[in-house]
Amino acid sequence: MIAFEYLEHTADVMFRAYGETAEEMLSNAASALFKAMVDPASIAAVKKWTVELEGSDLDDLAYQWLSEIIFLFETESAVFSTFSVRLEQHGAMKLYGEIGGERIDLARHAFDNEVKAVTRHKFGIKKNQLWCIQVVLDV
Amino acid sequence: MEDTSRSLFKIDDNTYEVPLGYRPGMRVPGRIFVSAALRNMVEPGTVDQVANVATLPGIVKYSMAMPDAHLGYGFPIGGVAAFREDDGIISPGGVGFDINCGVRLLRSDLEAEAVQPRINTLLDALFQAIPSGLGSTGRLHATDQQLTEAFISGARWAVEEGYGFEDDLTHCEESGGMAGADPDQVSVKARKRGRPQMGTLGSGNHFLEIQRVEEIYDPAVARQFGLFKGQITVMIHCGSRGAGHQICTDHLEVLSRAVRKYNIAIPDKQLACAPLGSPEARQYFGGMVCAANYAWTNRHIIAHWTREVFEKYFPGSRLDLVYDVAHNVAKIEEHNVDGKRERLYVHRKGATRAFGPSRSEVPAAYAAVGQPVIIPGSMGTSSYVLCGSDAALDLTFGSACHGAGRVMSRSQAIKLFTGQSVKAALNKDGIVVRSTSPSMLAEEAPQVYKPSGDVVDVVHNLGIATRVARLVPLGVSKG
Repeated sequence: MIAFEYLEHTADVMFRAYGETAEEMLSNAASALFKAMVDPASIAAVKKWTVELEGSDLDDLAYQWLSEIIFLFETESAVFSTFSVRLEQHGAMKLYGEIGGERIDLARHAFDNEVKAVTRHKFGIKKNQLWCIQVVLDV
Repeated sequence: MEDTSRSLFKIDDNTYEVPLGYRPGMRVPGRIFVSAALRNMVEPGTVDQVANVATLPGIVKYSMAMPDAHLGYGFPIGGVAAFREDDGIISPGGVGFDINCGVRLLRSDLEAEAVQPRINTLLDALFQAIPSGLGSTGRLHATDQQLTEAFISGARWAVEEGYGFEDDLTHCEESGGMAGADPDQVSVKARKRGRPQMGTLGSGNHFLEIQRVEEIYDPAVARQFGLFKGQITVMIHCGSRGAGHQICTDHLEVLSRAVRKYNIAIPDKQLACAPLGSPEARQYFGGMVCAANYAWTNRHIIAHWTREVFEKYFPGSRLDLVYDVAHNVAKIEEHNVDGKRERLYVHRKGATRAFGPSRSEVPAAYAAVGQPVIIPGSMGTSSYVLCGSDAALDLTFGSACHGAGRVMSRSQAIKLFTGQSVKAALNKDGIVVRSTSPSMLAEEAPQVYKPSGDVVDVVHNLGIATRVARLVPLGVSKG
């Protein structure tokens, strides 16, 4: 199984991320989002961030999760390379995410893009043999 | 590329129609304003997006795409659509994440001969003075209260704080601040992103450019705009930064739920919307205006710092505001529809207002001729100043293109160019560049855009806006 792949898009960045489970798909999607900005090999996961989100369904949570990573990148001035996700359902669906990374150091972190936002254009999650999420990022 | 030409009807040399029935549910036809040459650059996906917009409730006349149209999300980039206040909708898909991304043009009283020998020093100083690049934070560090004031009154707040002049406000779309801001619709997250970024250029296609007026097409109007051949101008292209992106993200979630609540069928999730008059629509509009006003404040502050740098190197020189236009925004405007005056929510996403002299929104200084329409080129190519016309009102709700329009994806661009090669090619043409990221320079290579002249020709030939002047870049500061 490949974790994620980028698809051709004229103005923006489009990717599909996969997983044996919804959790794995969501952590791979986060990796795809961040790799569109900066090479993960240049990032040391020396610091941890945690997020807790609540959504009406998986689609909603996935959108919030990816948007949250952009929010953290900008407000924490940090770059991330490891992502793990746990989902729980008690009435509403909850996502617990753990993100590893470090503060931005422009001498070591060369940026390819700045992802402005996660769009809902062609946004969707499918489950066949694998879980798959498709995302278009506004860059 | 798939052939869409069979499904498009040619109306005239610069107008193609996407007919009703191109996709199910279209309420009005689509209109794509392109020449035969540019039509071949319009991807099938862009035509689909024009058709998608045509399915939204309350849309009037046509779902339109300007000559620089390319694939976006929700609306195409270059998309224009207007919705009746009575039964229409408002959609962030028709505005974009970078709310009030726009362009500001300053004219100096300096001639190119005086500036060109010092262009490297000047550009270094500007690059230093105006924070740019990814995650850049400003010199300003606004407090929460100041942020609220900027959300409500836009550039007026900045003038009161000592940035720029009263005269700037009378030479700016909406006088630098739109009415209807509701700071309660701005989340804590959006504030947190917006606070440190006020007065920053950002990255991607945003830039600050030192230019020379290369050609005057319409001397009388150029005089009105204060432009003359050989003059140095400064163009600033940026938007509402993280504040706008977060406001859009937050409201997109609310409007996605509204689509289900009000049972609106949308062909693309990015076209999430709410009926005008509903609480969700009012909330989005109030938040969007805050972001729009933030963007005007941002460009205003950047212009102020640009003036400080010019003052240092060219003491006593002037940098006056020609105009400042928004190209990602929704506006409440009155237009004639089927012989009736209607209040409409006009969405322009990657499109510029191009009002002629009959509109009261045109500032007094330009009331005799129409508003300046500022069309930035790509990094190495010409930018244009046009003049809005009353003919545009009937054709496009008074809208023109916003730039050159991308034709090559970023990933393709990185394969073909390097930051170094782009920089070297520009230097050869006498254009100096400063950038925080080499790969972003490659992504913005001049070749990834349509030729800006071709795009402007269509606008001019249709009479939407007429050519006034052509500006060429001398120095570019990129994020």
